[in-house]
Amino acid sequence: MKSRTKLSLIFTLFLLLFSMVLIVFTPLGRLVFRGDDSEYNSDKVLQASEDKAIDYKKLQQISQEKMGMIGEVATDDFDPTEFLTTWNFNNLPPEEREKFYKESRLPDGRLLREYWFIAEDKEIEIAPGIFFPAWTYNGQVPAPTIRATEGDRIRIHFVNSGTKPHTMHFHGFHTEEMDGAVQDQFVYPGETFTYEFDADPFGVHLFHCHSVPVSQHISKGLYGAYIVDPKEDTRPQADQELIMVMNGFDTNFDEENEIYAVNTVAFHYAKHPIQVKAGELVRIYLINILEFDQINSFHVHANFFDEYRTGTSLEPDTFTDTVIMGQGERSIIDIRFKFPGKYMFHAHKTEFAEKGWMGFFEVIE
Amino acid sequence: MPEQTKYHKIRFWISALLPLVFLAALFYIFLNFGPLGVFKTALPPIEEAFIQRIILEPEQISVNIINDGPEPVTIAQVLINDIYWQFSMTPSQTLAPLKRGVIKLQYPWLEGDPIRITLISRNGVTFEGEVGVAVETPQFNILYSRTFVLLGIYVGVIPVLLGLLWLPFLRKLRAEWYSFLLSFTIGILVFLGIDTLAESFELVKNLPQAFNGIGILVIGFLFSVLTLSAISYKTEHHRARSDHHQALAWGYLIALGIGLHNLGEGLAIGSAYAIGEIALGGSLVIGFMLHNTTEGVAIIAPLTKTFKQFKTYLLHLILMGLIAGVPTIIGTLIGGFAFSFALAVLFLAIGAGAIFNVAFDITKSMAKGSWLSIFTVTNVLGFFAGLLIMYVTGFLVLG
Repeated sequence: MKSRTKLSLIFTLFLLLFSMVLIVFTPLGRLVFRGDDSEYNSDKVLQASEDKAIDYKKLQQISQEKMGMIGEVATDDFDPTEFLTTWNFNNLPPEEREKFYKESRLPDGRLLREYWFIAEDKEIEIAPGIFFPAWTYNGQVPAPTIRATEGDRIRIHFVNSGTKPHTMHFHGFHTEEMDGAVQDQFVYPGETFTYEFDADPFGVHLFHCHSVPVSQHISKGLYGAYIVDPKEDTRPQADQELIMVMNGFDTNFDEENEIYAVNTVAFHYAKHPIQVKAGELVRIYLINILEFDQINSFHVHANFFDEYRTGTSLEPDTFTDTVIMGQGERSIIDIRFKFPGKYMFHAHKTEFAEKGWMGFFEVIE
Repeated sequence: MPEQTKYHKIRFWISALLPLVFLAALFYIFLNFGPLGVFKTALPPIEEAFIQRIILEPEQISVNIINDGPEPVTIAQVLINDIYWQFSMTPSQTLAPLKRGVIKLQYPWLEGDPIRITLISRNGVTFEGEVGVAVETPQFNILYSRTFVLLGIYVGVIPVLLGLLWLPFLRKLRAEWYSFLLSFTIGILVFLGIDTLAESFELVKNLPQAFNGIGILVIGFLFSVLTLSAISYKTEHHRARSDHHQALAWGYLIALGIGLHNLGEGLAIGSAYAIGEIALGGSLVIGFMLHNTTEGVAIIAPLTKTFKQFKTYLLHLILMGLIAGVPTIIGTLIGGFAFSFALAVLFLAIGAGAIFNVAFDITKSMAKGSWLSIFTVTNVLGFFAGLLIMYVTGFLVLG
């Protein structure tokens, strides 16, 4: 054999041998060519023993329990249970609250409510272990709730500390300059703006960012509840008031939501049921801001309730147990739970319920 | 002279090693002082995960996944058919690059329905895997082994051997049919080769990116083409082969190529059966049998023009049939119980290479140095007949 042939043979054989060694002895090589046999046989839920067949009922019982998620969301930053009953920063100690909310009298005797809002980018935990790069008002989704009485003056000092232009666009009566909806009303990063208007009309409203693309600014988390109480309230007195913002998150940015919830955290009220008392009047301020999906809904088990659509009337519109809402729609729900026990509430679009929009009321005597 | 040569030798080796030394130095400098910051972004790292296999047992689903990206991946939650479902994961919810994990769920899955598994990572990235038709995954036991062995015999061994039985008939044909038969065989082989190669390309999609499936395919294909070519070149030069030897060699080469093709095919059938992608109805098996019978014909075509007695061939024939058919059994067994897409890609590529090689070899010999002379009407018709018969019998395999 010619020496050239010999050399090339040796070189190639060496390479071949080398790749064999690579395949057999390195993790990557073993990984690539190893059969996918895995250890799946080793720990079955139930093993069929020699004299007994598999207990299928037991298996079914086990699998029926497993809907939902594993793990817990850290609530030290944002607690959906606390959010239910928080407005005008009433969860903060007085000196801390002053930084965000102040009340004073105008010369004409009306109440002036001043708010300090900051838009900022923040990663939030929306389900156990799932983190979302959100855009927030004051570091939380939904934003802190703004609540006033019909006729009050509202003044909001808004700072944009985010990376994109943002605004605060309110549903309610206001002048064009306060609308926060077109280019010359956008507040650019590092800039500030002061929104001012009267709380009018009474009802359950909302505010959200209206920079373009609006769908992005909303789905990233820039929205909150805006409640205006009627000056002359003839409705029955509520014993407990709850704020529920129905929302969702598109975690992989394919314009479809992976997570659905009330007040952001999937299955939060399933793990931490909302405590209410039987016979008492519970008033729910319900807002649907869900992006990408056509409708959302709200259904309570074993009970019926009065619905005040948009909360703009003092007489209920209907008596029902299910509410259907498009994006931006909202309602006041007055409900008295009849019997003690645990009652589920969820979107009656069951897909949303199975993706996180499901919880419980725990009714006590 | 020795001084001079020694000096040259040192220079020779230095010139070979110097670029490597510089490369190592470059790595060192790059990693320690280089502009790595340029390549970093403020975004969370791109997470990758690949669902390799979904195993179904009564009320239980196991999902085998691999992290085929450069960064660790954490599986935060799991959706089955768009429903969040509790799960446990071994060894942990976080997988380092190129590590495998198993996710277990207790879920009331329904036989015959599709199952879609969606994994959501810490950063909300989703990874999907699907089972077309849910059936309980076979486990290694006598019953399933027997099923797979029988399957292999039915679709591999028997049809090929049946095809061989045409030899006495074909031998009785007059000599002018010989070149028609050869071109018929080439038609079958070209169809089979392209089919095999296409299937190999198809399976590359089932491999995680990190496995570089195309690389496996290219190496496998060219390895077999070039190795077989080198062998036949060598033997041609060492001794002039008689027609008899030539015919035998072709027969074995065709059997080898078809055997490798059948190994890949067996892998695909076995795994598709195991993961519920096909239901092996009787019609499918019959389709495969008909399709594979033509493979037997391809093997014997070169043997029809020879003066030896049929008896002397018998042993060779049986051996060829086994070489071509038995790999199907091995394939279905491996595919059914421990499927590796990488192996399937490799074997299919090697098979395609072997098939193309022998097709080229026969064509070359028919040409006898003058390439245009092969395009006789008989040959062209034979070639198309080969393609057509593969296509038509392929119709019966509606997998």
